[in-house]
Amino acid sequence: MPELSFFILLQREFTIASRCTQQFLLPVFFFCLVVLLFPLGLSPSPELIQTIAPGIIWVATLLAVLFSLDNLFLEDFEDGFIELLIFSPCSLPVLLAGKVSGLWLIIIAPLLAISALLSVFLGLPVESLSTLMISLLLGTPILMFVGAIAAALTTGTQQNSMLSTLLILPLYIPVLIFASSAVQNAATGLSASPQLYMLSALLVLTLTLAPVAISSALKIGLSQ
Amino acid sequence: MTLCVENLNCWRGKQALFEKLSFTLEPKKLLLVEGSNGCGKTTLLKIIAGLRQPNGGGVRWKQKQLNEVFDDYKTQLKWLGHNNALNRNLSVRENLSVVLKLSSSRDADIETAIQKFGLSSQQHTLVKQLSAGMKRRLAIARLIIGRSSVWILDEPQTSLDKAGIKLFESMTTDFLDQGGMVVMASHQPLSIQNEYIQRLSLSR
Repeated sequence: MPELSFFILLQREFTIASRCTQQFLLPVFFFCLVVLLFPLGLSPSPELIQTIAPGIIWVATLLAVLFSLDNLFLEDFEDGFIELLIFSPCSLPVLLAGKVSGLWLIIIAPLLAISALLSVFLGLPVESLSTLMISLLLGTPILMFVGAIAAALTTGTQQNSMLSTLLILPLYIPVLIFASSAVQNAATGLSASPQLYMLSALLVLTLTLAPVAISSALKIGLSQ
Repeated sequence: MTLCVENLNCWRGKQALFEKLSFTLEPKKLLLVEGSNGCGKTTLLKIIAGLRQPNGGGVRWKQKQLNEVFDDYKTQLKWLGHNNALNRNLSVRENLSVVLKLSSSRDADIETAIQKFGLSSQQHTLVKQLSAGMKRRLAIARLIIGRSSVWILDEPQTSLDKAGIKLFESMTTDFLDQGGMVVMASHQPLSIQNEYIQRLSLSR
């Protein structure tokens, strides 16, 4: 039943999210506020804001993902649920991939909708809006899954979340570079495909390897 | 079908928790692990469950090393740690149905478990609204969802009331009668017939 086991934790995440809505809305508010801060902090010239809009959206998304990953596995780890997952006949990486995908749908999908709106506010030209959305769609699952590895590692070894932030931020740099240069290319009328292909390749790589790394990290944590 | 522990060594830091620990567990036997706080009961249970690697020696299941047959072993195993593994934002029924989906048996159901443990009236209550004793009941109810032949239990009677403990004991006796094996760490008196019980006391 491998195709089913993916949905077990995904569905569970949705039920939990429906019980504590505010906790899952926080990253979205956080995202809006960070985007707001840039025009306030920089000079309010429309040209400047327009040029750096893709960067603003991407940095804010990245921070919102970090913010939401903070205690990704902590609750399940402390109440012993991860042990149940290990003893389940379903494959652990598939189960955990379901959990992380569920969180992506709950937290990041609304964020994508809002980022479309906010980038129009920031004056991003309509031509590059679709590229921005595609880059977010390809890039945010990478951020989520890579972040989940670090969250699993720090949960297991009971380090604080600051360490996990320091661990993953450097790994986010390639995604940030490819994504924002794709949007810049689109804004200047060039083709954004090379960067988007690169992002897709990174996405495939992350989706295949990260669940295995997450499950090993959690197993190491349990054997302490 | 036996569980065999051979020359098990385990250290915490530089201090030995236990050394050269050996025993064999047959079906219809309950291994009661006793010892003072901090003597390594939970660690031993984790090693037997395959969650932790020992510093020396090994565990054999059906005459094979545990890591070789872990995929088969884990389908036979039910684990109850000292935490309940219940999500506080899910209801009693939702928690059990996740367990059912994660279990190997397709014919299992959660109705018997809910009824047997007197949880029917609270099946739609969120776990965060339950008392500690009810949470433990719910965690124990998980053991009878789906087939298994080994139970590994870490202080299962914690926060149960007298009726709960009685229920647990009768459930365990039934399981042993059907040829199950139980490894259990406990401080509390256990009224299960002596013929089932095999004692192991850890001391430092």
